[in-house]
Formats: sequence, structure tokens, C-alpha cells
Amino acid sequence: MKNTPSVEQHLEIYRRMLLVRHLEEGLGTLHKEGRTRGPIHRCDGQEAVGVAATAVLEAGDKVATTHRGHAVYIGKGMAVHPVVAEIFGRATGACGGRAGHMLVADAEKGVIGGNAIVGAGIPAATGMALSMQILGTGNVAMCIFGDGAAQTGICHEAMNMAGLWKLPVVFVLEHNQFGLTVPSEVQSPVEDLSIRAAGYAMPAEIVDGNDAVAVYRAVSAMVERARRGEGPGMVECKTYRIEGFSTSDMGGYQKPEDIAAWKERDPLLVSRKALLGDVGEAKLAEIEAAAKAEVAEAFETALSDPMPEFSLDEACNPYSEAH
Amino acid sequence: MAMMRYAEALNAALREEMQADPSVFVFGEDIGRYGGVFKVTKGLMEEFGETRVRDTPISEQALTAMAVTAAMTGTRPVLEIMYADFVPLTLDALVNQASIYNYIWNGQVKMPFVLRTQGGGGAGAGAQHSKSLDSMLAHIPGIKVVAPSTPADAKGMLKAAIRDDQPVVFLEHKLLYNTRGEVPEGDVTVPLGKAATLREGSDISIFATSKMVVEALKAADLLAADGVSAEIVDLRSLRPLDVNAIVASIAKTHHAVVVNEGWRFCGYAAELSATIMDHAFDELDAPVARVTLPDMPIPYSEPLETAMLPSAEKIRTAALKTLK
Repeated sequence: MKNTPSVEQHLEIYRRMLLVRHLEEGLGTLHKEGRTRGPIHRCDGQEAVGVAATAVLEAGDKVATTHRGHAVYIGKGMAVHPVVAEIFGRATGACGGRAGHMLVADAEKGVIGGNAIVGAGIPAATGMALSMQILGTGNVAMCIFGDGAAQTGICHEAMNMAGLWKLPVVFVLEHNQFGLTVPSEVQSPVEDLSIRAAGYAMPAEIVDGNDAVAVYRAVSAMVERARRGEGPGMVECKTYRIEGFSTSDMGGYQKPEDIAAWKERDPLLVSRKALLGDVGEAKLAEIEAAAKAEVAEAFETALSDPMPEFSLDEACNPYSEAH
Repeated sequence: MAMMRYAEALNAALREEMQADPSVFVFGEDIGRYGGVFKVTKGLMEEFGETRVRDTPISEQALTAMAVTAAMTGTRPVLEIMYADFVPLTLDALVNQASIYNYIWNGQVKMPFVLRTQGGGGAGAGAQHSKSLDSMLAHIPGIKVVAPSTPADAKGMLKAAIRDDQPVVFLEHKLLYNTRGEVPEGDVTVPLGKAATLREGSDISIFATSKMVVEALKAADLLAADGVSAEIVDLRSLRPLDVNAIVASIAKTHHAVVVNEGWRFCGYAAELSATIMDHAFDELDAPVARVTLPDMPIPYSEPLETAMLPSAEKIRTAALKTLK
């Protein structure tokens, strides 16, 4: 089928999804031990969206994501260590410990960046696309946003301009069914939020967000189109937030039977099953062991890395004379 | 030198910067085909085309957020927000986005965009089209805020703002657009963050920006007739603030009046007053006097609006009271 990832590409997607899952589980363990700081928003069960969507992008393309962006950071090419070090506030973190897990950025990798104002990533990616169009770079901007963000006013403003000006931006809707504790059906009169794309003269496709291959195919078609100058597109990925809103979530509002049903369709299981016939058990086991070891090493290093020191007088402090 | 209107000086700055740097683009409501409701962008679409000069939908929230990320990715956007009263619609992009990334991302990105807007009363535009929200903007660390009072500064500071790698809010005033003044020819920039002493004096210092500088200069004439020598310092930049210029002037006059067209409570005049307390308390012979808008909405009817706006006469009264 057109735009299907090669086996090698799918394997790499699977490997990155494994990195993200081990990262999330590691954070969960350390949170229980009281060793994390601030809320942490895990994306267990949603890895296929962030990883497979960004796997489509080229190095010069940019992505704006949400407060739940770990899969996007790793998917767009960031190494695990700078992400973990940032989450633990270390000087060696991707942003020197200033950003924390919700706002991670790596400008060189095109991750700019996480955003904890729900909806703000939508105009962010649209603005990058505006810049790309004006400069004629041939690059594409991507926005990963949730069903909660889809209800904001700024979503309408930004998508309207993206459609109006045929900007090279792809909107990937990570529909995980909840905005904090409130289910999507209590926030929106329509189930399939991407029907709104028609109002912005944008094509849209709905896919199984737990199937990395389906996500990749659909996003790839939209990215190609945007790169050709034909304007924005939307892909609505249906998925589910297994681990609740954040580490501060008291739970009790997600149905156990829903969680159990979605766990059976875990994106890691979906990809593993698809890859097994192509590469065999031994290869998968090797990749799985390596991913686990890579994340364990990143945690070990990050947790012993130095803490940053505060200074008022640095080049990137506001109004510093160094500007 | 050429005699120019304030709006023409801004137009010349935009044109020159767009000619010199293809990454500069302008966008906003009614700024293209129509040339802007105050004609600041007149002729730019004809000269630079519809890619770099864009008429936009009415979407201040998203436009400002888009300026932020366009600036992070290689362009130098100049966004026009038609009235300062619409600035509250832009605040997430300024407070939660533009102001944080340079620091939070450890210097990974630059943010060279300019948000041009105009405020101020006196034109009968009513409570939603007359405000000065200087303090709301200057409160945000990471954003520069400037408000030139003359055509020469308007041109030189807009050119400097467009070349600046940090976000700059450029405050214009609807009653300054038609004022005329000498503007140096050629590529002349005026640095952001430096005040200008427009009139030397020895008895009292009056600090102001934008149209309040015009009122302060008129007040200086009135005070001269009263036998008072007033020094007029045009701060030009609200943030960063030229504290040295403020201290130097007070060291000479030992009296200060601070003027701002915005509200009084938590207003920009209050910040100036506190800054003087921090840096020049020992030089003062009397408390700092504030001349501001009263804390209420701006009414429409001419006598109501005129009665509440800061004016030369109110500045004179405050100065004389301070000197008593």
C-alpha cells in the first residue's frame, strides 16, 4: 500500500516506541519512590501516534507538541539521555533543566517544542509553516494536539489561516478520549473531531492510533501533500490514555473495562505482531533488550548528573547586556 | 533631514527593512490592500507582494502566537494589532510563549518579532478603542516595550526593533500619526533602552513616553511662565528602562513628575515612582508626583473624555504642587 513504511522503518518505529515505554515506566517507578518533581504526563499506550507521525518527517521539518510529548521528542530524533536529564532537572538536560518534562525542546532536531498551554501548539506549528512558506524552505511543520486542544478558540483561528494560505502544516490529532478528567463526549457534540477539517478546506483521515503503520501511512500522505505546496491536512488518531492525566491524577473516572480493552490493543503488541513474520523472534528480542538497556543507562547517568546553578547574569536571561 | 509625519516615518522604516532583509514580513488586519487603518503599511503590498504583506482574518490570538514561532524559524515578522485594546487577546502568546523560550530553552532559539500597536485616548473612540496598556506589557520579563514620541524616533526605533533578536512591543499613539518632525535620511537606527532629554531644566524633571511627551513639553512652556524650569525626559523605551538617565536628571532637579496615559493602580507611573525610590531616594526633595488616567473606563463624550485624560495642565498642576 502507498506510503507503507518499510520493514526497517517499522522496526525503528518499534524501537523508539519501546524507548518511550521504558521511559514512561521508569518515571512511574521513580515517582512512586518520591524521586520525581512536579507532575509528569505519561503517554503509555499512545506511543504509535508521536513516534510514527514524526518518523515521516525530515531533519529540517519542525514539530510542536503537547505537555504529553515524550513520544514526539524521541520520535523526532532526540536521544533518551537529554530527555531524562531534563525531566530530572539536570544541567545536562536538553534545556539545562530549565524547561522540565512538559516544555522540552531541541531546536537542532526540530522539536520546538513541548507546550503546556493546551491548544497553544496549534498556532505554534502554523506559525512555523508560515515562516517556511515565506522563506520557501520546502519543509513541513507538524502539530501533535489532543482532543482537549481541539475545543479551543485558537485552534479555529490557526486552522482557518492554515487552510486559507495553504500553509505546509500537518495537524495530527491524538484523540486519547480525555481532557484531564473530562471525557471527549462531554466536551464536544461530535465524536470524530476531524470532520471540522472540511471547514478549513483541509483533507482529513481517521486512523487507528494504536497501529503505527496506519498512522505512518496517513500522516505520510498529508506530509507529502503539504510539501508539494497543496496545503494543510489533518489525521485523527484514535487512541487511549492508559495511565491517567498525570502523576497527580487520583483516578476513578476511567472505566476499568475500557483500560483493559485498550491494553489488548497496545501499540507495542500491534507492531510486534506485524513485525514478527518479517524479522523473526530473535531480532525482536535483540531490539527489545537493547532498548531496555539504553533507557536504563540513560536513567542511571542522568540521576548522577550535576544540577544546574542559578545565575541572573546570563546571555539568555531577559534584558541581559549580552544580547 | 526630511520633514515627515509620524505614520510616514514608520512606513519608511518598514519599507527600508523589507528592502534590506527578505526575511522581514508584515501581517495584520487591513494592512495590505488598504494600507492599514492608520496608513502605516501603505504601499507595502504593491512593492513586496502578497507573500510578505498579508491581510489576515480577525484572529489576534493565533496571529501573535504565529509571529512567535515564525520568528523562531528564520523570519522577522512585524505584526500589526490594530488597537492596544486588542492586546489582551494576544496575551497568552506574549506571557506564556514569547517571553519564556529564550531562557527556558537555554538560548536555543531567537525571537525577532515586533508587535506594533497603537493606543491612547482623545479621539472619541470609546472604552474599547482608547486605552494605554503599557504596564500590562512592560510587566512581562523577556519582552521589550518601546513608545517613541517623535517621527525621527519612530523610524529609528522601528528599524532597531525589527533587527532586535528579542520580541519587541512597539507602542504607537493614534494622535501622534499626523504629527510632523525632522527625520534623518538613510539607514539611521535609534537604540532601544535609551532615554532622550528633549528640554533641559533645573527645577523639576518630568518623565514621559509617547503622546504624554507632547503634553509634558507643553507643560514645560506653562511652567516657564510660572517661573519654573522643567526638564523633559522622553523615556522612549519602557523596558528596558534607562534608569541612569532618570537618576542623572533627578540629581540635577531633585523633583520628579512621572506621566503615563494608562491607569494609576499598578500602572507604569507606579513602576517609575518605585524605580526612583530604589535608585534616587536620597536626591529627592519632595515625593514623586504621578499624573495618570483615573482608574475607570474611558468614556465617549468629549467633555467626559477630556476631563479624565492626562494633559499639560494636569502635569503643570502636579509639578507646582510638588515644588511647594
